[in-house]
Amino acid sequence: MKRVYVNPEVCIGCKLCELACLTEHSQSKDLIIAYREERMQGLLPRNTVEESGWITASLNCRHCAEPYCIQACISGALTKDAESGRVVYEEEQCVGCWSCLMACPFGAIKRHPIKEKIVKCDLCPERSIPACVSACPNQALTFEEK
Amino acid sequence: MLYRPINQNYHDFIVQRDRELCINCRVCERQCSYLVHYWDENRKQVMHDNAKCVGCHRCEALCPTGAIVIRHNPSQFRENSHWKPWFIKNVYKQADGGGVLLGAMGNPQPYPIYWDRLLLDASQVTNPSIDPLREPMELRTYLGSKPDSLEFEEKEGKPSLKTKLSPQIKLNYPIMFSAMSYGSINFNLHIAMARAATELGIVYNTGEGGLHPDLYQYGPNTIVQVASGRFGVHRDYLNAAEGSDALSPAPHHDIYSIEDLRQLIYALKEATEYRVPVSVKIAAVHNAAAIASGIVRAGADIVAVDGFRGGTGAAPTMIRDNVGIPAELALAAIDQRLRDEGIRNRASVVIAGGIRCSADVVKAIALGADAVYIGSAALVAVGCTMCQRCYTGKCPWGIATNVPSLARRQNPEIAKQKLVNLVRGWAHEIEEMLGGMGLNSIESLRGNREKLRAVGLNEVELDIFGVKPAGR
Repeated sequence: MKRVYVNPEVCIGCKLCELACLTEHSQSKDLIIAYREERMQGLLPRNTVEESGWITASLNCRHCAEPYCIQACISGALTKDAESGRVVYEEEQCVGCWSCLMACPFGAIKRHPIKEKIVKCDLCPERSIPACVSACPNQALTFEEK
Repeated sequence: MLYRPINQNYHDFIVQRDRELCINCRVCERQCSYLVHYWDENRKQVMHDNAKCVGCHRCEALCPTGAIVIRHNPSQFRENSHWKPWFIKNVYKQADGGGVLLGAMGNPQPYPIYWDRLLLDASQVTNPSIDPLREPMELRTYLGSKPDSLEFEEKEGKPSLKTKLSPQIKLNYPIMFSAMSYGSINFNLHIAMARAATELGIVYNTGEGGLHPDLYQYGPNTIVQVASGRFGVHRDYLNAAEGSDALSPAPHHDIYSIEDLRQLIYALKEATEYRVPVSVKIAAVHNAAAIASGIVRAGADIVAVDGFRGGTGAAPTMIRDNVGIPAELALAAIDQRLRDEGIRNRASVVIAGGIRCSADVVKAIALGADAVYIGSAALVAVGCTMCQRCYTGKCPWGIATNVPSLARRQNPEIAKQKLVNLVRGWAHEIEEMLGGMGLNSIESLRGNREKLRAVGLNEVELDIFGVKPAGR
């Protein structure tokens, strides 16, 4: 399956991928409104630019072949879509037990800042290329089959 | 500004931030290597310090909401056509620091740009123009010494060439990437230039910083430079490449005469077993034509002439702005001198320094160049905005820097593609211009000054160029 891959050699740590993710998952689809208003109501980017000195890398859900998060999920909110291979998240079903969050070896699952729910990458189902990949100014993010 | 030396308040640029659009996402802060933008914890917003801005436009280019515009500081000194702000500010700087003013890139002063005073011909009525999209058009160029005459012999009933040809560099386009050392620019761009040159079938020049072992594989598309410092020069280095280049910016302490230069040229030829042509690069200076003649007689296969618009990573500003002559004049004078002396065929002439577009290339070739080097144009292609602060080593575009966090801003893949695109685009335009003049090969244009006319030049300049005024 196609996944988002980061090349840390050319990730410049600008965090435009986070802004793109935020906008894509906002109500308004408008960066300024999303950042100023919706973020205050709990909107979060699904990806995180990890930093260690000058080495940076944008990380998101790996949509693992055998996801630990799904094994850990007690409510059936996380499932593996057989066709696309994506780890799909149903917010309605999530009970906020944080089991997946602890099970994920990549730290790719976040807590919603207000709701007792998790937040994770959905690979932008409405876009052919995920928002983070489109926004990267240095092609450090690619969406490809490896 | 509080605590700031008075003179630093006469800064060149101001950051204009539209607070309606700014979301305080701090992308500008992360991009600015000069620390102009910063997070103000008291105000809980991004602020900026105009005095630190060098005008590179990186923040403006990456701002996701388009909230930033970099402007010239509108603050003005009283008008004075003699004491322009440039001079006043420089005196302030030196009075503060007592040092040599530093500059970078080429000479930015308003000296005449002769490319803009020369115009090309186009076929009308009596001679047909050529459509390069329908008919063959030859841009291929060979650099190196050409024989005085050719001798043939018959072998197995077929004619074959008896004359032994000197080594040649084959270029698919009459354009090469200038000598920009590994050091002045970083590895990412060196690999991008090497790959682009390979893909295009042209060459790039290593500059004086040696050659990374990973780049030896691009040897067929490489010119290795032997500069005065001899940085990174050894046998494998010399043999890695398609050509070698003896440059003389600062003194080579083994060259004090044309005879010494001849020794170096032949030392390089010996070291490379006469497989590759040797190019000698000189700056366009007052006696360039006589010097070039000596260089050709000393055995150089290529003479590269670098004009004062040619970029540098760091130079004393006074030298950058006041030394040398326009490359256009030097080129015309050199080509003419070599022709007059009957030795033009012994070496190719390459012009560098300030080539901005394909029309400059065409005019250079019509003035007698075999090919051009592009350096600044190549850097602009990968993002350079000519802020002229290369000497700080903090290039926010990741070009003139080896700081790892900045160098990674040049993705070699993207940079390679941009260089390839630029040269291909120029090549198309050169073909169109050639076709318009009724020519179907770059060879027919070389030194063909009849295809040029000048506007606004005096008689002496016309004489040096060997070009008629427009209307004649």
